[in-house]
Amino acid sequence: MYVVVIGGGKVGYYLAKALLEERHEVLLVERDFKRAKRIAEDFGQGVVLRGDGAETATLERAGVGRADVVCAVTGEDEDNLIVSQVAKRHFNVTRTIARINNPKNEEIFIRLGIDVTVSATQFIISLIEQEIPTTPFVNLLTLRSIGMEIVDLYMSDDCPWVGKRIGDLPLPPDTVLSLHIRDGVRTFPTNDTQLLRGDRLIGLTSLDSEAALHQMLQPV
Amino acid sequence: MRVVILGCGRVGARLAGMLDDGGHQVSVIDENLEAFERLPTRFAGLVVLGNGIDFDILTQAGIEKADALCALSNFDNTNIMASQIAREVFHVPRVITRIYDPERQDTFRQLGLETVCPTRVGVAQIEALLDAG
Repeated sequence: MYVVVIGGGKVGYYLAKALLEERHEVLLVERDFKRAKRIAEDFGQGVVLRGDGAETATLERAGVGRADVVCAVTGEDEDNLIVSQVAKRHFNVTRTIARINNPKNEEIFIRLGIDVTVSATQFIISLIEQEIPTTPFVNLLTLRSIGMEIVDLYMSDDCPWVGKRIGDLPLPPDTVLSLHIRDGVRTFPTNDTQLLRGDRLIGLTSLDSEAALHQMLQPV
Repeated sequence: MRVVILGCGRVGARLAGMLDDGGHQVSVIDENLEAFERLPTRFAGLVVLGNGIDFDILTQAGIEKADALCALSNFDNTNIMASQIAREVFHVPRVITRIYDPERQDTFRQLGLETVCPTRVGVAQIEALLDAG
């Protein structure tokens, strides 16, 4: 695979390193002379291009036209957005991945045609929520291309599902509860599984049903 | 007219002053507090300190009810992103984007932004002066 990485900070550096170790063809574009030179010393001249990734001329020299993926991972959301847009618009790159710092920017990135966004901030928020078991609803992963997400549901003291059978829950459309966890023991739930306080469920739901599912777990 | 101006540099501050004088409702966003010193002392509009691509900052500046946004910071990408947020999310009727890089101007003009490229304007003027020489 040919991967063009824009931004040679810590994320870009280790991303390029990991991809090189996986024997992919990688080109890292870095604006800063000094940093570009240091990366070239580590990875070799052919792996680094000094230039501004938002300029068409730079992307042309980087050969993004034949890239399988362009990853824009600078520390600035606006740079990552514009690089991805120029790559798509000018060079017909089919797959662009953009790093986001402000989680609120995810919506605008998706709306403007960026295929995949990665937000460390959002990821850490999810991890914190997972670590605090009183959070009744945690989004573990969004599968954007098919409009589904994997969710972690926790039966808190006042959760209306406690004491009910799974078969009796009026689940929203396109929702499946696939895994039941009680005291660290996992089972595949059936309609007869009765929910107790402290249980966790891992489920799949559509993006359209997320809000309804979330609402169902709220104390009445 | 309610106008939000992003970037209180020479152009932003001057435009803000003129529109304010003309009786328009103006708000100006900049990341540096000192930038607002460029505004005329009589400026009666709103100043907002912060990052112009932040939804919360744009909202504070009144983007939801704005008739126009002029994105005039020194960074092309900031201007382009703020403009796209204004159009796509807040449906601001007029959005004007300053882009220094002529090629980037072409790209985003094709994507429907209304753009001004000072590089192109400056070069054309200088060329005309030389020709007239």
